[in-house]
Amino acid sequence: MAQFLPLSRAVADNLNSGDTVAFEGFTHLIPTAAAHEAIRQGFKDLTLVRMTPDLIYDQMIGMGMAKKAIFSYAGNPGVGLLRRLRDAVENGFPHALEIEEHSHAAMANAYEAGAAGLPCAIFRGYRGAELTKVNPNIRSVTCPFSGEVLAAVPSVRPDVTFIHAQKANRRGDVLVEGIIGIQKEAALAARRAVVTVEEVVDNFDDLHPNLTVLPRWSVTAISVVPGGAHPSYAHGYYVRDNASYLEWDEISADRDRFREWMQTNVIEKTSDDFAARVEHLRIVA
Amino acid sequence: MSVTGFSPNEMMTIAASRALKGDDVCFVGIGAPSAACNVARLTHAPDITLIYESGTIGTAPQVLPLSIGDGELCDTAVTTVSVPEMFRYWLQGGRISIGFLGAAQLDKFGNINTTVIGDYAHPKTRLPGGGGAPEIATSSKEIFITMAQSRRAMVEKIDFYTSFGHGDGGDHRQRLGIDTKGPTLLITDLAIWKPDPVTKEFTVVSLHPEVTRNKVQETCGWTVKFADTLEQTPEPTELELTTLRDLKARSSGAAHKGAAVGARQGSKDG
Repeated sequence: MAQFLPLSRAVADNLNSGDTVAFEGFTHLIPTAAAHEAIRQGFKDLTLVRMTPDLIYDQMIGMGMAKKAIFSYAGNPGVGLLRRLRDAVENGFPHALEIEEHSHAAMANAYEAGAAGLPCAIFRGYRGAELTKVNPNIRSVTCPFSGEVLAAVPSVRPDVTFIHAQKANRRGDVLVEGIIGIQKEAALAARRAVVTVEEVVDNFDDLHPNLTVLPRWSVTAISVVPGGAHPSYAHGYYVRDNASYLEWDEISADRDRFREWMQTNVIEKTSDDFAARVEHLRIVA
Repeated sequence: MSVTGFSPNEMMTIAASRALKGDDVCFVGIGAPSAACNVARLTHAPDITLIYESGTIGTAPQVLPLSIGDGELCDTAVTTVSVPEMFRYWLQGGRISIGFLGAAQLDKFGNINTTVIGDYAHPKTRLPGGGGAPEIATSSKEIFITMAQSRRAMVEKIDFYTSFGHGDGGDHRQRLGIDTKGPTLLITDLAIWKPDPVTKEFTVVSLHPEVTRNKVQETCGWTVKFADTLEQTPEPTELELTTLRDLKARSSGAAHKGAAVGARQGSKDG
């Protein structure tokens, strides 16, 4: 049953060094505040799962928190490459990073299989793709009915998933809307699901019946963090801070500048600082 | 801007847009494909269905998205579905007529590398990876590719087969049990290329205005084959150029402002 907790407590209670953890968000609703809290608490040896590891995994990898990354597109969305991840993969800095690389179709299927309680996902994919030669977790099965050879990958079952959503009601049900990405599957695939939200409303009585809602009993903890998806956006609340994505390309290009930025903007801050970061990005009704 | 009043890049985008039809269902890659698809929608193909992998189906953005998951795409879409649904029902289900991709590295058989430069385990440059492309390349009915020419990008042998095109050429796709057409069109900033019907090697069929065979060869890493009868790509019309430039101007304005103009509210009140 969802508990409302301060973010520092929600992270401390649900994340452990050595965990397999997903901080999901497909360009939209990226759980930056939760990732920054995890960075402040200094976890180690994490296996980071994400379809589109972007700035937050670049930051966690650069801070030496990750032993492995499972992903399908490691880019700075709309800008270019991830320079801390590159430094880890190309130069082993700050330490070597094991990678398990997939396609989006594989990761999406793997999360869905995780949510469905299956050990693996089966789909028509990877035909002719060289990832099959470098990732031993990409295998195949033969359909017992048609004989078609299909791709198989292990399901994703994180110890804990963190997502950001628009709102919760007072009971603890959570609403996600707009580009919903893989949020629902990632939350339901995990043993524990922690959600940061923009706001809490009294009830969801007037919502359309088919919206994406995670019932309170499928969520472990909820933290109210307005602006918690910055510099990504929260549909209906604030827009993407594109300047921050461009700036990250420069900050992350230099090891020392990266460390200084992390010290000033993450280590010495709290989740309360996010609200001010989106003030100028808020949507005028 | 060239002496003829339009840049090679503008010619590329416009030539690519002309290849799309109103009844196409197009899975759009970010960057050059996105501009081309939206110019098509704003000119001769208003009914085209544009799909981005973030789950937006039938989107009609006023500005070019900064990434595949912009709110603008969702705001203007017929519907927005989850990422698993996008890849399972709509792509794997066989409902995409054109997959429109860009490439970091391309070979003459339309195989694409967006994964690494150098060895996979010890790369010289780690690129972002495949994202949706490996399955777009095999599940879409056919594939269009658009990219600016350079010897670094168009190479004899790519470093990594991220997305399968025609493999080693000929019937390689059929031998792997892939029943879709694969790459059928390559639009660069200099020319239009189509695969040879038998060998599947990309062959130049049309040169853009004022482009020479030498220029195409100088900027391509493999020995270029030219069709026996070589056409010239018609210059951009005024409507095409204006549409593209207006779209780019609106897009850069929105990106720098960092605020949503006319963005719809979410269902705050249900």
